[in-house]
Amino acid sequence: MLLKLKSTPEVPIEAPTICTDRFKARKKDEIKKFPIHHGNRECSIDDFFEVTGEYQEEIKIEGDLSKVKLIGAGMKEGKIIIEGNVGMHVGVDMKGGEIVVEGNATDWVAPRMSGGLLTVKGNAGHMVGSAFRGEKTGMTGGEIIVHGNAGNETGGRMRGGMIAIGGDAGDFSGVDMHLGTIIILGKTGIRQGAGMERGTIICMNQVEPLPTFTFACSYQPLFMRNYLLRLKELGMKIDEKKINEVYERWSGDSIKLNRGELLFINNKSLEKE
Amino acid sequence: MKKIKNTEIVDTFAEAFEMWASRLIVTAESEEWALAAAKSATGFATSVIGCKCEAGIEKLLKQEETPDNRYGVSILIFTMNAKSLEKRLTERIGQSIMTCPTTACFNGLDSKDSVNVGGQLKYFGDGYQIRKSFLGRRFWRIPVMDGEFIVDEKFNIQPAVGGGNIILLAKDQGSALVSAQAAVKAMQSLPNIILPFPNGVVRSGSKVGSKKYKTLPASTNHSFCPTLKGFVNDSNLPDKANATLEIVIDGLDLESVEKAMLVGIQAASGENILQISAGNYGGGLGKYKINLNEVLAKQGEG
Repeated sequence: MLLKLKSTPEVPIEAPTICTDRFKARKKDEIKKFPIHHGNRECSIDDFFEVTGEYQEEIKIEGDLSKVKLIGAGMKEGKIIIEGNVGMHVGVDMKGGEIVVEGNATDWVAPRMSGGLLTVKGNAGHMVGSAFRGEKTGMTGGEIIVHGNAGNETGGRMRGGMIAIGGDAGDFSGVDMHLGTIIILGKTGIRQGAGMERGTIICMNQVEPLPTFTFACSYQPLFMRNYLLRLKELGMKIDEKKINEVYERWSGDSIKLNRGELLFINNKSLEKE
Repeated sequence: MKKIKNTEIVDTFAEAFEMWASRLIVTAESEEWALAAAKSATGFATSVIGCKCEAGIEKLLKQEETPDNRYGVSILIFTMNAKSLEKRLTERIGQSIMTCPTTACFNGLDSKDSVNVGGQLKYFGDGYQIRKSFLGRRFWRIPVMDGEFIVDEKFNIQPAVGGGNIILLAKDQGSALVSAQAAVKAMQSLPNIILPFPNGVVRSGSKVGSKKYKTLPASTNHSFCPTLKGFVNDSNLPDKANATLEIVIDGLDLESVEKAMLVGIQAASGENILQISAGNYGGGLGKYKINLNEVLAKQGEG
């Protein structure tokens, strides 16, 4: 089924009804009448989208959707392909299935995600997989793959699953993290893992750990191979050398449980060698 | 009697049993270390009678075939029931694989049943272990002195077939050994099976119970012992047979065991092998009766 945006809306559209689980077993004419919100006004899908074809486990959406929020909310199965940019909260509460964003995504990609795979081929905004303000928990499972850069607070308060950033990440990745894995292939901002209890942050470049983190050892983390091989399988460019590289392991954050780990390649010590 | 290369194929059957099996993938920094762990984990596992399980190396794996792209070895372990398999896996992975430098151990079977192994071994981590969930499965990172031991939480198990066998009746011990080794080499190239005895061959074939010692669970298969040929009245050996060797096969399914028996018969047959027979207990114990001639016929060699 193809949804084509007729024109870019002036105010954001909230469209949680554009979701495979809601389209399942529904005819095109019913789907066209599904409600969406344009600002505070209730409209229907066909007010903003041209709908063609019948739903067969896949929804393709075309157009600049950077002002369309909540696509794929609560999705459990099937696939959504967004041929362009997408707005906030794509994949919120996602439990399964797959969302592919061919362009960029704005803030809060897949908050409260618990399963499935969400891929952003461009850049993502702030708060990838993070908890909403005022909530204790971010994503709890599944995989978020961003091929480009991501903003601040990636994986904030996450409690499971994996986030991989192919480019650079901003500040405070893994802030207040409970569990899960964040992998940043590019460069990182400051204060990674601030307030983390458990979980893993892996950076392929130099990191300045917070003073509340403690150096443990330099070693080759075997478990990381599985993650990097998985990312390779998902189409990310992984430098083979980095699979076998020596990583520094730092434990933190000691202001909390101190059971988290920050793993990074120490470029400074490599330069010395 | 049917013949292959002058070797008579006795019209009899191998009696095989229902077992439970699991496949482990052991990886390590080098093939040497992966093999060291695999050999240790499959040691003292020739027969459930005395070893509580039967185990063997299925094959060496190329780096691209393993979950972490390191050198690997695939192991099959068989027991009589699922509960026992959980215990044996935990013991053997804990004592032989976790202890071996640089190793990791992954589930290598695709089936619906599983047992909790990593979830028990994690306690060795004394609270410092770390759980990771990945692609719908959990694994544990247990801190050890060279870094971390990675082990899957669950290992899949499945019903399997144990005790397939062929018995080579040879003119002399030398010929029996040469033929047995040829058969083992051919059989070990097949997937889904192991030959649990030393180098794949057993000389002390057994029967159930004992004629003389009533408390014994098993005793020598006197009908195939050449030194007893003139003494017992139920010898299975022809006049010119002076040595007998058996190859036992455990497999993940009946088809794999039958295929291995066929390949073994073909490779072992030759001028100095007078007959190829099979061990059974009259058909009253095992679920599967694998008739040698039917195996040959099924595969178009009869």
